[in-house]
Amino acid sequence: MIDISASALAAQIFTGLVLGGIFVLLAIGLSLIFGLMTVVNFAHGSLYMLGAYFGFFLLGLTGSFWVALALAPLLVGVFGLLVERVLVRRLYGRSIDDPLLLTFGLSLVLVEAVKLVWGKVGLTLDPPRELGAAVNLGFMTFPVYRLFVIAVTALVLLVLWLFLERTNVGLVIRAGSRDPLMVRALGVDLGRIWLLVFGIGTGLAGLAGILAGPMRGVYAEMGVTIVIESFVVVVVGGMGSLVGAIVAGVLIGEVVSLTTFVAPQLAEIMVFVVMALVLLVRPSGLFGEAGLLE
Amino acid sequence: MDRRAFLGTATAGAAALALPAVLRAQSKDPVKIGFPLPLTGPFAALANDMQRGATLAMEQVNAKGGVLGRKLDVLFRDDQLKPAVGAQRTKELIENEKVQFVVGGLAAHVQMAINEQTKAAQVLYISVSQSDEISAKPDTSPLTFHEALNPTITGRAVGTWGVQNLGKKWWIVYADYAWGKQINAVFTDIVKKHAGTILGATPYPLGNPEFSAHLPRIQAAKPEVLLAVTPGADGVAFTKQAISFGMKKEMKILAPLHFLFYAKEGGADLFSDIYGGTSFYWEVQDTVPQAKRLVEAWTKRFGVPPDAYGLYGYSGIMEVARGVELARSTDSTAVASALRANPVYDHYKGKQWWRPCDNKSFQDMWIVKGVPQSKVRGEWGYYDVVSRIPANEELDRTCAEKGHA
Repeated sequence: MIDISASALAAQIFTGLVLGGIFVLLAIGLSLIFGLMTVVNFAHGSLYMLGAYFGFFLLGLTGSFWVALALAPLLVGVFGLLVERVLVRRLYGRSIDDPLLLTFGLSLVLVEAVKLVWGKVGLTLDPPRELGAAVNLGFMTFPVYRLFVIAVTALVLLVLWLFLERTNVGLVIRAGSRDPLMVRALGVDLGRIWLLVFGIGTGLAGLAGILAGPMRGVYAEMGVTIVIESFVVVVVGGMGSLVGAIVAGVLIGEVVSLTTFVAPQLAEIMVFVVMALVLLVRPSGLFGEAGLLE
Repeated sequence: MDRRAFLGTATAGAAALALPAVLRAQSKDPVKIGFPLPLTGPFAALANDMQRGATLAMEQVNAKGGVLGRKLDVLFRDDQLKPAVGAQRTKELIENEKVQFVVGGLAAHVQMAINEQTKAAQVLYISVSQSDEISAKPDTSPLTFHEALNPTITGRAVGTWGVQNLGKKWWIVYADYAWGKQINAVFTDIVKKHAGTILGATPYPLGNPEFSAHLPRIQAAKPEVLLAVTPGADGVAFTKQAISFGMKKEMKILAPLHFLFYAKEGGADLFSDIYGGTSFYWEVQDTVPQAKRLVEAWTKRFGVPPDAYGLYGYSGIMEVARGVELARSTDSTAVASALRANPVYDHYKGKQWWRPCDNKSFQDMWIVKGVPQSKVRGEWGYYDVVSRIPANEELDRTCAEKGHA
């Protein structure tokens, strides 16, 4: 019995890692955008959904999952650039509620627009044949595609970290999120940086969408619940903190997975229990700076 | 004639002239049926099918001159799969649109909310999706009819078949809402009754697309039969994930209900070798002549064959029409009495009947099994028919058990 439990527990922890991977990709985008622009992007779930739909479209067009995987996040990123330039930019400097309401409205528009184009019934996005199998890990059989999702997430995080820590643009982004006024005073055009960051953030949401599509199915409302869970991740990790988003993403993924093991009905609630507990001890989240929201 | 008398006569005359016009206008007014259903959300494909069924029934009735010389008019409203929205739409249909009857609801919890409204307004309601409570006290009413199968009938029929044919050791994954819980309870009961064991049961929130956290635990328990109570789009996500974890090879997968449109959405290979029950599958037309007529008319009208829930919608509208003709009235109480007094009907798949004590419909059902893509017949031949389970009142609880004196 104990033997079974130990291997089952290991299996559960592993599954939680994949759940966490999707959360991390979404939360990083949210956190980047919030950290630099103090915009709470409620359309993030819809952009995630859009990533999956673009992926489906590109897969049909090119017949290659790999091309779709590369291009869909780019398309969503470009769409994000447009959103920033045309809509969100007008609201900088206003209350934090204004962009929140704008992006919330945008998320509703996107869901309905997708239904008009692709219909109300969900779509199927198949993983490429070479990733369709399952491997025996010793303690469990695990889908290769899910291992692939873990690998892609890790790779993207590495690239992002190198970009932010090792390039000049990354330096400006980090500086801009600390003290935008000073960065401007030094003659940096923060407008272009904002545009870029919004594009990266939304592109990551699109990537999470196309990665999640083959696991969970593609449908217009697929971003509705996950955006809430992603906000929880961001809040637990600390608004604007990238390390926080990663740690909290994995943490929430594991909490969901392990709670499911013990008491499946509590899995959804536990996400919010964790958030409440973390906020009681650290009101700005695990890695957040105090005062960012004021 | 003085002025007063003249005015009096003229008014009376005008009124007399106008009266037949009013009467004529009234009798020409359509008979309105309200139809709330979840056109958006995880049951959207089923709701679209249901809307087609109700539309076809309305068109067929109207093509034959309507009911009592009046046209049928079915008003569809999106209840978004939410009880509160279903209640609100139903209230609006009754109060603003003045519908005389309500048919619809495509989830156990939403139809209860609709039923509360129709009960309060004393409007006849034909429920067209699964629920045990809808035909049991205290929820039901003399004006509440239940056309669909219910969890008890489905569970006893499919469960008995499954435990006799697939294996004795079961695990149940079920959507944690009214229908899923009822199905879980009935299957648990019937499997134990046939000397089977339930190794475990896993509830999950309806509409949740992520099952991976549940799967390792189920695999470790090594059940012979995995019962997937994952309705609508959840079934596609669940099956996909179960297969990706290699579970289809390790155990037999059984679903209480199969849904043609989700088989199409997920692809034949996804659902191949998965067993399930259904109140209708279009290829039973090979053995049922009534079904052949309807499948042909339906396919001609919509370009796709009907599935089980579409036909519930079709039959629901047809029963309202039949009841109104029998009662020669659009009064809900009179129509309800007429249906109970003439309980037998046959709209598409053979004899069905209302049990007068609880207004529950009894009907045949089938066990089907998914075929792989290479064996799909034409565009829609996704299943093999494995077994027919004839209509039988003993599959449901008795009226006494349901609280009817």
